[in-house]
Order: sequence, then C-alpha cells, then structure tokens
Amino acid sequence: MATVFKKPQALTDVPLHYCPGCTHGIIHRLVAEALDELGIVGKTIGVAPVGCAVMAYDYFACDMLEAAHGRAPAVATGLKRCMPDNVIFTYQGDGDLASIGMAETVHAATRNENITIIFVNNAIYGMTGGQMAPTSLPGQVTQTSPYGRDVKTQGFPIKVSELLSSLDGPEYIERVAVNNVKNVKNAKKAILKAFKNQIEGKGFSLIEVVSSCPTNWGMTPQKALDWVEENMIPYYPLGVYKDKSANKED
Amino acid sequence: MTDKVLMKGNEAIAEAAIKAGCRHYFGYPITPQTEIAAYMAKRMPKIGGTFLQAESEVSAINMVYGVAGAGYRVMTSSSSPGISLKQEGISYIVGADLPALIVNVQRGGPGLGGIQPSQSDYFQATKGGGHGDYRLICLAPASVQEMADLTIKAFDLADKYRMPAMLLADGTMGQMMEPVSIPEVTAKPVDKPWAANGTKGERKHNIINSLYLKPEILEKVNFERFERYAQIEANEVMYEEYMMDDAEYCVVAFGIASRVSKNAVTEARKQGIKVGLIRPITLWPFPKDVLNAAADKVKGFISVELSMGQMIEDVRLATNCKKPVVLCNRAGGMIPSPEQVLDSIKNLAKEVK
Repeated sequence: MATVFKKPQALTDVPLHYCPGCTHGIIHRLVAEALDELGIVGKTIGVAPVGCAVMAYDYFACDMLEAAHGRAPAVATGLKRCMPDNVIFTYQGDGDLASIGMAETVHAATRNENITIIFVNNAIYGMTGGQMAPTSLPGQVTQTSPYGRDVKTQGFPIKVSELLSSLDGPEYIERVAVNNVKNVKNAKKAILKAFKNQIEGKGFSLIEVVSSCPTNWGMTPQKALDWVEENMIPYYPLGVYKDKSANKED
Repeated sequence: MTDKVLMKGNEAIAEAAIKAGCRHYFGYPITPQTEIAAYMAKRMPKIGGTFLQAESEVSAINMVYGVAGAGYRVMTSSSSPGISLKQEGISYIVGADLPALIVNVQRGGPGLGGIQPSQSDYFQATKGGGHGDYRLICLAPASVQEMADLTIKAFDLADKYRMPAMLLADGTMGQMMEPVSIPEVTAKPVDKPWAANGTKGERKHNIINSLYLKPEILEKVNFERFERYAQIEANEVMYEEYMMDDAEYCVVAFGIASRVSKNAVTEARKQGIKVGLIRPITLWPFPKDVLNAAADKVKGFISVELSMGQMIEDVRLATNCKKPVVLCNRAGGMIPSPEQVLDSIKNLAKEVK
C-alpha cells in the first residue's frame, strides 16, 4: 500500500504537550517537513525559546539548544558564526521575540545574520497562563489586561514583520497564518524558502506565523481560528514584507 | 615559550586566548577592558575567527552560550557593570554544563561606579553570581604574565570540568604593561560528544538545556554538579606563599593587592616583623586548607582588598576564626599603598603578641 502521509523524520516520537487545538503542532510539522525535504536534519541545529514551545528541543530530531527568554537570536548567532555550513533556526513566540528579546531580534536582522527564525504570533503569553503580549490586539482581554488592552496605558501591538522590513539588513520577511488549509500551504512555502535562503547564504529570514491560543483566548479551537481570520489577520496582514532577492530572480 | 614582549594585561589575555585555540569572541565596549575587544577585532578576521561586537552584554554572553553549546572554545570579556548584565547567561551556561571563559576586569561599584580598579566583585565571582546553586572556577592573576598563563589555564579547566571559568582581574592588571611571554600551546582537543553540532544522521540528537521540570531530576543534576565541584576543590587549588616559613603574621591578598602587599611584607621583614603573604590564585576553589594550616602557626591575618572587605569572610571561614583577621582596604577605585599595608602589619603585631 502506498504511504500518503507519515510523520516527518525531523520530528521525534515524543508526544507534544500542546493544548488541544493549538497550532504549534502544525507549525512544528511544517518546519520538520522543510528540514526533511531539504535533507538537512543532520546538519541543522535548532534553538528553542522560553514560552509554550520551550520543550521544542524534545520534539525536533535535530540537535537543539534551549535558550534563555528572548535570547534565541543571539544563541543562533553564536552557532552560525562557529558553524557557517550548518543550518541554524530559532522557534520563538511573541513574548520571547517581540518583548524581552526585541534587541536580539532587531540586531540579528540588521546584521543579516544567516539564520532562519520561525516567529509564532498568537497575541498572548500562553505558557504562563494568558498575559498580555506585545502583539495582543487593542481591546484584547488577557489576565494582565482584564479590561481589555488600553492603548493609552498599555501601548499598541508591535507589528514585527513591518518593523523588521524597515531595516536594510534582513533578506526575507513574510507573514503567514495557519488558520485554514490554504494558509497552511502558504506557510509551508514560506518556511521552506526561509531555510533555502540560509542554505544559499542569503541571510536573515523570518517567518511570522499568525497563530491561535484557544486555551488562553477562552475559545473552542474552531472559534479561535475564526478569531484569527476576523481579528488577527486584519491587524496583521499576511504577505511578503521584504524579499531582497525577489527582483533579482524575476 | 616565545620571546618576551611588552604588553598590556588586557592584550595578553586576548593573545593567550587565541593561543589557547579560542576563535570566537563576543563583547560589548566597556572601560577598562576594551583593549581585549580591540585586539580581537584586529586578530580574529586574520585567523578565520569570529569577533563580534554584540548589541549588549546580555547578547554577547548568549552568543557565547551558542558557541559553547556547539563545542568550540569561546570567550567574552567585560567590566563590573557589564558582568552583572551577563549573569543571566552565565547561570544558563552553568545549568547546561558548558565550558566558556568570562573575563572581568573589575572597576569600582556599585551601579555605574567608576572606571578605576577594584576587587569589589569578589562575592559575585566566587559565590555564584546569577540565580541558582553554582560556582565558577575563578582565577585571579597578579601580573601580565599571569593574565596570559591563567587565561590558558582557565580554558583547560573549563573544558575539563564542563563549566564556565572566570578570570577576575582589575583595571590595574588590565591597563598595566609588563614584559610577557605568551606560552605556545599545543591545544589538546577535548572530546565533546555532547556538543550540538549536527547529528549527521549518525546519532540521537544532542540537547543543550538547563530546564528540568521534575524537581527530583533537577536535584540530582545539582548534586552531580556539586560532586564535580568537590573534585575541583580537592585538585585545582592554586596559591603562592611568600616568606611564610617562619611567619608570625599572614597577609592574604590577591591580584594587584598582593603586589602592594608583597612590598609591605618585604619592608616589615626589614623592620624585624616576621610576616608572610598567602596569595590565592584560585579564588574558587579558595585555598582553605593552606590558610587553615597557617592559622595554627601565625598569630593573626590581614586581608588586603580593593573592596569594603569581601574575601575577608572566606579567610575567617577557612581559618574557623582561630586567629584574628583584620581588614586593610581601599574602595571605589582606590588602591592601598604599601605604607598603609605596612601600618596595618605593624598594628597587628602590636595588638596581637
């Protein structure tokens, strides 16, 4: 019988700890499929964040490092500088990348560090139980914005892809989502390209994946995906924000 | 041994690190250690190494974490306020059992403090520094030659025990020039089967990590780490004794304070006071046994420090307070004069017969 669907080799057999309906599982799989398709599992080193994906080091079958909160791009920089022929990626959430790790993110981008960053934006701190994130939407109710995010006192959400694409450094910035089949397919394409860019030495590629958190949003998984479509994507429009090689290839 | 050359202490550290096989340096500018970065910026690109001026000390130490996790020799350097910023990363490096060299060319504190030499980071360097239970191997050079020698030693010890080592110098040691011969090192490659450098499809994945959610496992990891620390305390203590054979009084001092103290001891001997010096070279492991043994022979100790008195606590602990221990100190970037130390010796000799 022909096999039409199997677990990527870049994933281990360790069961994921993510909540029911969480999209981390999809994103892990997309990364793993990319590593498989490019045949680079054996030369890839991943960097896990602090946040919901903290235990990603158990799930990816490549070598892994667990970084301090927000520091993954600095750790990845060290790895890439000493092993330029290996493939280095970080997998980070919004609190990790856009709050405590903003300096590391911006500077890795401006150096056009030849690494791949998978940035999962679900507008909330999941692991610690649903606090306001740098990407929480105006008015969004969280544990630490119980009356809704008030932009007068709590500021506006950070649009990471827009912000980083204003820099001269980075090679490729794209925002994707995983709330429906079409978007998942696009996300896969973007993630694959982000790894290809690194192999080709093009430099810093960041894929922002608009994601959902049914548990901390207090929604069913389906409702959460609808909320992504109706609220997240309008604020965080999908698309390519920077692709320095695009014009050259045309 | 190469020919002697005149070098600043900071430059000696940098050249010795390169000789030790370190090809990756990450730092952030801060006085009085910037010569290390400047030296690395010049040399590393010529020898296929990495010099990277990071966006912060926090980033620099995390770049060190990455390289150390991949199994390569790596270092960072800074001065007191910058070392405080690195503490988070140092704790993670310890927690993941990675070897690395951290150089602290100390300046006065707390806060922004000043830029003149100090030894007031002793507690931070020898008691842990960041969060959690841990120690760093802590080496205290007292000459430009030792800046070089102990840099190489620090890399070797870090690799041997899979933990970070700190070279604890001060602004004087960093800035002063002395003739130095940088040892030729035939770097013994240390096998690092734990390194995250790609499975090549030949082994299960390696994980560099300090997270243990099960407390009984985390406890076990801590106990195992401290078993290693016990080996280090048993095997790696380094110190220098000066005129201790017939000494009735003992000065304890490290780094630049030991140089000043040596002059004072020599002068006191001329004046008929039987005084000697014990200079800890490893601040952790602290030379407890040699001090405890000395406490059975001498009448009292003087801890000479560029701080408000930090090492003095370890001297008292090591000697079980068997004999009086007094402090002779300057702080905030000031250095005790030989005369001040001599006065302190004379006072002790007068008060403790």
